[in-house]
Amino acid sequence: MPRLLSFVLFVAVWWIAALFAGDAKLPTPPTVLNVMIAEARSGDLFFHLGATLARVTLAFTLAMALGAAIGYLMGRVRLADRLGDPWLILLLNLPALVVIVLAYIWAGLTEVAAIAAIAINKLPTAVVTLREGARALDAALDEMATAFALPRWSRFRHVVLPQLSPYIAAAARSGLSLVWKIVLVAELLGRPNGVGFEIGVAFQLFDIPLLLAYSLSFAAIVLLIETLLVQPFEARLSRWRPRAA
Amino acid sequence: MRLEVDIANKTFKSAAGEQHDVVAGVTFALGAGEAAVLVGPSGCGKSTMLRIIAGLDPDFRGRVSRPADARIGFVFQEPRLLPWRSVEENVRIAAPLVDEAKLSALFEILELKAHRNHFPGELSLGLARRVALARAFAVEPELLILDEPLASLDAALAGRLRDEIAMLMTGRSMITLLVTHDVDDAVRLGDRVILLSPRPARILADLPIRTPRSARGDAETAAIKSEIMRRINGGPAEQDAS
Repeated sequence: MPRLLSFVLFVAVWWIAALFAGDAKLPTPPTVLNVMIAEARSGDLFFHLGATLARVTLAFTLAMALGAAIGYLMGRVRLADRLGDPWLILLLNLPALVVIVLAYIWAGLTEVAAIAAIAINKLPTAVVTLREGARALDAALDEMATAFALPRWSRFRHVVLPQLSPYIAAAARSGLSLVWKIVLVAELLGRPNGVGFEIGVAFQLFDIPLLLAYSLSFAAIVLLIETLLVQPFEARLSRWRPRAA
Repeated sequence: MRLEVDIANKTFKSAAGEQHDVVAGVTFALGAGEAAVLVGPSGCGKSTMLRIIAGLDPDFRGRVSRPADARIGFVFQEPRLLPWRSVEENVRIAAPLVDEAKLSALFEILELKAHRNHFPGELSLGLARRVALARAFAVEPELLILDEPLASLDAALAGRLRDEIAMLMTGRSMITLLVTHDVDDAVRLGDRVILLSPRPARILADLPIRTPRSARGDAETAAIKSEIMRRINGGPAEQDAS
């Protein structure tokens, strides 16, 4: 209920602002909705949304898997931390635009280049978060697992993974938003489809309703992923916690 | 199975960089079925010795010999349960081979029947200790290590839990190593009482108790207790009783 109210408020503010600013600068909600419907009818909306979503999924999965593995290693093995740290700082501070442009120059305007560039942008933040998680692992439980000679897999699943899950959830949440911001830049610069490409077209034509139609559709999808996937996952993982804030 | 312990020396480095001797020479051997109780003042290095014996701390001078694949049941001073797994899962994860009959027998004796599906965060300390005990017994250990399993419980509860531990110990032929600073627990649960000095720990006396645990009457228990108290207060290193 509060979420719905919040949404209604958003539309109301938009509408009022649109009336003041005029249609040329900010179209009203119905105008944008009409464009959305027209784009959906022609199939373009789903085609471009699908392309972007596929890139987000691939790059996100790649970055999370690699980032979690590297972060865990760096949190547990001192030498790995020493070796990896300078690379991590470099990657963290490398602007997304630089990575994308270099990837397109070196690997051509290909799908592989785009996804690799997006994944590289997300990778260091996942590493940093998971490294913190691995450093915070409870030594007392580790000893317990050793004393009872838990097999490797059981130890990972029951002792290590539950301790890392809040960190994985945090990395996933911040990662999803980061990836979706960067994917548009990659599409704008070097892909013939996707939401980023459409926004590029809309920018060249100064077609604000089209621009809003695409970006809001994608925002809605991200909101859906968050409410239907990330939040239930988190709730399930933390059901053992005595009710906290 | 036989356990031979010979810890010549164990030192700790404090955060300030100073070396502290924790164990200064402890030697004993235990055979199957024997229950030894290590009794000593708080902070004398008992827990450290248990960790060395269980193979959790390889950094010491000396030798501990036991079969490499011996099943160990360890009851830590803090229960060390997995907070994200239920009581039953906690036991089953440590003892994947335990069958339902054995599990319910354990839960019955330890009064955990109503708590199978609870999470450790929902349990009192006494109950969490019981889960840790159930876990240690469920693996059918060849070496059972109990680190002050009755500490910080009120007297009545500690007494009840002590009886439950005694009940679980009978009929199993494992080596038991119990650490406590309570002479009462030592006499009721052990076949052999090893008295330790204050830090760095040395063996002050190694007292066998001839009568089997189940046959000890109140008078006999009291006699053994006063013998131990006498040794503690009038041991080789003569000290003012404080």
